Amino acid sequence: MMRFERNNRKLVTSEISMKKMSILNFFGVHLGFAALAFVVGCGGGHSSSASTPITPPPPPTGSNVQAIIVNAGPGGNYANGVFTSVSVCMPATTSCQTIDGILVDTGSSGLRILSSALTSVTLPKQTAADGNAVVECLPFVSGYTWGPVETADVQISGETAKSLPIQIISATDFPVPTSCSNRGAAENTLAQLGANGIIGVGLNAQDCGDQCVATGAQNPDLYFECPTSGCVVTGEPLAKQVINPVSLFTGDNNGVIIELPAITGPEATVSGSLIFGIGTRSNNGLGPATVYPTDNQFHFTTTYKNQAYPASFIDSGSNGLFFLTTAIDGIPTCSNASSFYCPTTTENLSATTQGAGGVGTGTVNFSVANADGLFANASATAFSQLGGANTLSGFDWGLPFFFGRNVYSAIEGQSTPGGVGPYWAY
Amino acid sequence: MKAFLWQTIPISALLRSAVCASLLGGSLFLTLPAFAGLGEDAGSVDADQAQMQGARRVTQSAAYSVHEIKAPTGVTVREYVSKSGQVFGVAWQGPWPPDMRQILANNFETYRQASEAQVNSHNGRRPLVIDQHEFVMHAGGHMRSFNGRAFIPALLPNGVTPESIR
Repeated sequence: MMRFERNNRKLVTSEISMKKMSILNFFGVHLGFAALAFVVGCGGGHSSSASTPITPPPPPTGSNVQAIIVNAGPGGNYANGVFTSVSVCMPATTSCQTIDGILVDTGSSGLRILSSALTSVTLPKQTAADGNAVVECLPFVSGYTWGPVETADVQISGETAKSLPIQIISATDFPVPTSCSNRGAAENTLAQLGANGIIGVGLNAQDCGDQCVATGAQNPDLYFECPTSGCVVTGEPLAKQVINPVSLFTGDNNGVIIELPAITGPEATVSGSLIFGIGTRSNNGLGPATVYPTDNQFHFTTTYKNQAYPASFIDSGSNGLFFLTTAIDGIPTCSNASSFYCPTTTENLSATTQGAGGVGTGTVNFSVANADGLFANASATAFSQLGGANTLSGFDWGLPFFFGRNVYSAIEGQSTPGGVGPYWAY
Repeated sequence: MKAFLWQTIPISALLRSAVCASLLGGSLFLTLPAFAGLGEDAGSVDADQAQMQGARRVTQSAAYSVHEIKAPTGVTVREYVSKSGQVFGVAWQGPWPPDMRQILANNFETYRQASEAQVNSHNGRRPLVIDQHEFVMHAGGHMRSFNGRAFIPALLPNGVTPESIR
């Protein structure tokens, strides 16, 4: 047992030194790029040498390319979170603030920023017809974010979404109504969220959609207007809802691609690209990717051990590969009451994915390692083999799925060379 | 295949009985339990149905009955009621989660605190799993599609597996 642990530690050490090398490699790519540009600027140089070093492909470039990074995030404690920065501007002005540590989430739509992170720009609050502020309660899996809807010009890479409704997350600007706090845990602070905000670039055009347009029994109580007497549910037109920021770009507005390199062991940081548009430029074509349309609940089918799970999905905002439960798949969870899987030896598994209506089929090979062992690498934040339990409904293909794949998310109703969204492609 | 007895309880009938109860001297709110849902008695399902403004369908099987409430929000809640008349499990599915305090009843605080404690080791958004001796819960999904299940192990009828609750 001790020897095993020592061996493990040795492995860890070598992984960390590989990690350091890969960080150097990453900077090397950029330095190499700069050097290449320099050489080209000087009119060329030696084009061949005795040994040709293997270099990863250069990162894509263009005004639709935004750098993203997997790291510990602004809370310093995130596992498998992919972050970027956005510039938030007072509409139609150059008064802007750039905010980093924004989680890139293909499992939701809309930009949400912690009030505590938005320090140097004051944005106009959206108001209902009677002049009261509009405030949103957005449910997530086990909690909610609460705060007013405000309007901003949002810049990311060379793209701009003008007059974009966004949520400013704050527990204190307006009192949280009971129907909101009844949803579970508040996720209104940096400590709770682990991020300065979330940029939802998922398949849906708005966060709520048709259900929130009118008040009534169908309304799920997401949008409120808040007079001093207290917050009450309000009808929210589609265009005023917190919408997918990509939809408001003047071009490159039909979806996104997330590109992250393959990793073998735990890594301290991993850099990649968030590319806007699908098939709108030379740098965002579908290439050999297979298109997987989703159903109207944004699901496709994952088949695992001959059992089909039609409520499966891909989500960069989930921080592991979450599927089934120990009772179904026999993989034990960790002893520290976490929901992560802790198999004694790494499980090498396989599943097939199929789009709605049987369109698109592919095999996904994946591995689930012992989460406690992965987390023993104190400086690591990126884990391609982190898995855990889900509900009985199927597979939640989180961030590990994105390592080594270019994953396309096409927005509902938008035309692309691969058909009309919603779909994933990879 | 088991034979199921289907029974539909329309919301109008529920409201009528509640109104009659209140006319008979009690108020509507006094006729409903303070907490409905998981761990409470079968009568608490009425309160959940009223809160959800939903239509109910009841399925009987040998060991328990399933009260399925469909709300106009598209959320479906299934409450599993034992022969002894206790709600031992709940499951939900829909574009948004249901009112968790309503369906988890006295277990809501356990759920809320477990959700908060999730960030203690590492921040990260993921499905919620609570696996305690007294209370088990799994919740997952994403924007526009959420699902989950919760049960009280001590109240599971003999021979009923946790996977029945879905």
